[in-house]
Amino acid sequence: MAVHSRSILFCKEISKFLFFRKNVVRRSSHFQYYPDKNTPVEGETTKLNMFQAIGNAMDLALEKDQSAVLFGEDVAFGGVFRCSMGLQKKHGKDRVFNTPLCEQGIVGFGIGLAVAGSTAIAEIQFADYIFPAFDQIVNEAAKYRYRSGGMFDCGRLTIRAPCGAVGHGALYHSQMPEAYFAHTPGLKIVIPRGPVKAKGLLLSCIEDKDPCIFFEPKVLYRAAVEEVPKQAYKLPLGKAEIVVPGNHVTLIGWGTQVHVLCEVAEIAKNSHGISCEVIDLMTILPWDSETVFNSAKKTGRIIIAHEAPMTCGFGSELAASIQEDCFLHLEAPVRRVTGFDSPFPHIFEPFYLPDKWRCLDAVINIVKY
Amino acid sequence: MVVSSSMIRFTRKMTNNFGQLRSIKTNSKMSQKIQNTTIWTEKLEILKPEQVKKIPMYRVMDENGNIYDSAKDPMIENETLRSMYKCMIQLNVMDKILYESQRQGRISFYMTSFGEEGTHLGSAVALSEEDLIYTQYRETGVLLWRGVTLQECINQCYGNNLDKAKGKQMPCHYGSKDKNFVTISSPLATQIPQAVGSAYAFKRNKSNKCCVVYFGEGAASEGDAHAAFNFAATLEVPLILFCRNNGYAISTPSEEQYRGDAIAGRALGYGISVIRVDGNDTLAVYDAMKLAREISISKECPILIEAMTYRMGHHSTSDDSSAYRSVEEVENWQKFSPMLRFRKYLESKNLWNEDQEKQCVEESKNNVLKAFGEAEKVNKPDWREMFTDVNWSMPNNLIKQREYLASHLEKYKEHYPLQNFKHS
Ligand SMILES: Cc1ncc(C[n+]2csc(CCOP(=O)(O)OP(=O)(O)O)c2C)c(N)n1
Ligand SMILES: [Mg+2]
Repeated sequence: MAVHSRSILFCKEISKFLFFRKNVVRRSSHFQYYPDKNTPVEGETTKLNMFQAIGNAMDLALEKDQSAVLFGEDVAFGGVFRCSMGLQKKHGKDRVFNTPLCEQGIVGFGIGLAVAGSTAIAEIQFADYIFPAFDQIVNEAAKYRYRSGGMFDCGRLTIRAPCGAVGHGALYHSQMPEAYFAHTPGLKIVIPRGPVKAKGLLLSCIEDKDPCIFFEPKVLYRAAVEEVPKQAYKLPLGKAEIVVPGNHVTLIGWGTQVHVLCEVAEIAKNSHGISCEVIDLMTILPWDSETVFNSAKKTGRIIIAHEAPMTCGFGSELAASIQEDCFLHLEAPVRRVTGFDSPFPHIFEPFYLPDKWRCLDAVINIVKY
Repeated sequence: MVVSSSMIRFTRKMTNNFGQLRSIKTNSKMSQKIQNTTIWTEKLEILKPEQVKKIPMYRVMDENGNIYDSAKDPMIENETLRSMYKCMIQLNVMDKILYESQRQGRISFYMTSFGEEGTHLGSAVALSEEDLIYTQYRETGVLLWRGVTLQECINQCYGNNLDKAKGKQMPCHYGSKDKNFVTISSPLATQIPQAVGSAYAFKRNKSNKCCVVYFGEGAASEGDAHAAFNFAATLEVPLILFCRNNGYAISTPSEEQYRGDAIAGRALGYGISVIRVDGNDTLAVYDAMKLAREISISKECPILIEAMTYRMGHHSTSDDSSAYRSVEEVENWQKFSPMLRFRKYLESKNLWNEDQEKQCVEESKNNVLKAFGEAEKVNKPDWREMFTDVNWSMPNNLIKQREYLASHLEKYKEHYPLQNFKHS
């Protein structure tokens, strides 16, 4: 680019100057990735990161269902996170396209497509920007079937949105808004923890009879790489997974946080002799109470960890339900390790997140309780 | 006429309600107004957007800085003209260095204003310091002209302890209470209806100032933009709605963003007066803003300015625009560079020359590097700042969480970057 090629020379000079100064180290990410070891289906696999797995799922959905369309801000050139790369070229401009910059428009349009019998895959560029569409999601999509006695519904709508901490996203490129939507009957809310889960869960959402919100932890788009089955496959919604089996403490999380918890379980076992069971909730609404309660009854000690603030975070719902159903089995109060009750801050992110040290400390304390 | 398309709707409504309307009689104010403003027709016709006359683009200079109509030279004072150009250079140099510093991981993010310097300076200079400014994020030149220092900007980008917002926001989210520049927020278009509210407050206080809100042509697609236009028109506020139409919203070209006569074309439908201006013609932008300001304050009405320009740089440091536009396209815009044109104008007035240019670039570079070095020396704020400014006074849950974090950090200090943060 002209302006940049001209400025490159200039910048070389600057670089020299800058490099003489104290070197600033890029912050490393707050978690270690634990690849999924289970293969959901037999057959050939390919190595994919999470944005590729999501792109692959959408590609298969577009191939299988000619009514399916994919749209949102900057989707045509591949999306700002590259999930829809190559899809417009392959499936055509009428099926994969940019919309004007308007989230309420995107969701309202998606509902209309679904009402008319098309499959709609709507992308909201960041979960932080889903709020202009709150009304369309909460008052419209979620209530369509109920208010018409089942005559109309928009189950063919899936809303995808990148979410969560990335190290430097601050207030508006970091949020985990699942709890706002979990308060709304009629929706399904799903959050994958890596490529294998993302592909299977997204295909389920796309074919599900209810409107789904699929939150994609954006820090995993590139950081998470797994062997993903080539064929289409679906993973059940409303089902949690026991990622690490254990006996002493149950750790519940979703999305990126599951990886933090896996590492915590490892440290707890190796350094403290504590056996943790890690559960990935995967579907936030409707959540898998059976798996959670069984584990709670087994260990009697539960810690829930999420990036979103504590007050009215989804952990609150889990904690309340667990004490209602498993009270006599509990050895300690259910603990929540979460983001703090402030907006998501920029430079304080390392202090804000429920990182492995905060989770580990909670594990050690809950055992001592 | 653009008005006619809304008139069609109006006419349709009137036809539907015809019987009712008759019975209201002409003594009601409302129906009198309708009688007076309705144009009746017996010819059934659908008006097409192509039939509407395009809003012309105001210009003062040609690409070589020559004034088209010498009577129209705005005759800005020589010293001001020079300061404007120096400010453009400063902005340009700052953008280059900070962009590069992001590449090196010194700051986490950056957005440049390459190619839009004319819209920034032309508009900012025509305002009074009292006027309240709301911006989107790509208006750093306006901020610099207001007198926010490089040091303040760079402190913000670093989120160091001298940053007034205490490291809470991403880089480029500037704000200055002293300079009447409302802190930038990432969610697009949210500032537009807010600016209408501020303007309304000014009107009620008879403060003889206006409010100015900047936004991109992409942001203008948001529901908030519609709400703001309609509120501004109906509540009759002294507000300038300044749209920077730079051709792109990230990768989305304006052809996919809207149809019709762009953003200016909408204004008339809302009943808002409008000027379209060549955003790369700094003098034209200045003229437009000056006139809009006068009218908007004296007549208590909103005015929309659509400044046509081009985003020469990538959207941000997270973007690579070669994925969606050609090198030729960008190069082609080089010849419309607002800075080049403005410089030629200055040179024609003997206000600028090559030596001054070199000296100014050098000075600007030194200014930035000095501020940069200073900012880098300063620690980040105390981590406890994370809990401040959530509410006016800290609620119990936060007090408890802060105490919990303090004892956690005491116990696990080796795992946290505490050495980079101020201790209090
Ligand atoms: C509500 C909302 N949706 C999406 C975004 C993501 N986003 C940031 S900038 C941008 C493009 C804005 O384009 P435009 O308004 O034309 O301004 P420009 O970048 O061209 O100056 C988008 C989509 C956002 N910040 N806020
Ligand atoms: Mg734009």
